Amino acid sequence: MTIVDLSLGTVLLTLVGGGCIGLAASYLLAAEGRMAGISGILAGALQPRPEGWRLRFLAGLVAGGFVLLLLSPQTVSTPLSMSLGGVVVAGLMVGFGTRMGGGCTSGHGVCGLPRFSLRSLVATLTFMAAATVSTSVVLHLL
Amino acid sequence: MHAFLAGLLFAVGLGLAGMTNPDTVQGFFDVFGTWNPQLALVMVGAIAVNLVAFPKILGRSRRAKAHVQGLPSQSRIDRRLVVGSALFGLGWGAVGVCPGPAIVSVGGGTTLAFVGAMMVGMWVHRRFFEGALS
Repeated sequence: MTIVDLSLGTVLLTLVGGGCIGLAASYLLAAEGRMAGISGILAGALQPRPEGWRLRFLAGLVAGGFVLLLLSPQTVSTPLSMSLGGVVVAGLMVGFGTRMGGGCTSGHGVCGLPRFSLRSLVATLTFMAAATVSTSVVLHLL
Repeated sequence: MHAFLAGLLFAVGLGLAGMTNPDTVQGFFDVFGTWNPQLALVMVGAIAVNLVAFPKILGRSRRAKAHVQGLPSQSRIDRRLVVGSALFGLGWGAVGVCPGPAIVSVGGGTTLAFVGAMMVGMWVHRRFFEGALS
């Protein structure tokens, strides 16, 4: 079940974490001239002969996971609560849906909203609303 | 090296912000349970930085500007955008991980299966839908 901790420390850490995400996106734009849309970067990396920066960015994400595991293991140790079958179906929907919709939380939310992209605003509101529906069904009806 | 460091910083940011914990993410969508606004704070932090930094970067880097101008325009709000985003959101809310956090915690439990399925979903879209719909 969800434990809500809204102490000042958590609020500040969350804002700082969000700031790091923004900095990382700005850094990628400044250094490589690309948007940090993770689903798009992954999809591009699955193509034949992918561009090197995509692989390096993804390697950085995985390396960051190991850094978190070493320094703060509780941040990456909560298992998914769904059965394996459910996880696979959800993964298929996320992979297919992000390609059809042209982006995920990072591409449309973190990068699209600060560019005042109406397209990204529509996408963000849509996936947030849909996630509210599925979370509510999974937590309260199943 | 820059792209690697950007990925590393992105991952650490997700971890600090609690976004690699699926329970925290689902807490934001659990409006009928104990609502947890943490995800909104993460977006505020990230968007605030980019609101300031993006215009400066786009003003200086011709390459970044050319890339951004090549992105789909504001006007392309079509059925694909809405249906695709809805499918993504349904999957995201069901398990509590979107592509970024999934890749960051790929070593843990069934998350590996999630990432594998996500790649298959991307491949299916490219193989069977990209040409037909565009």
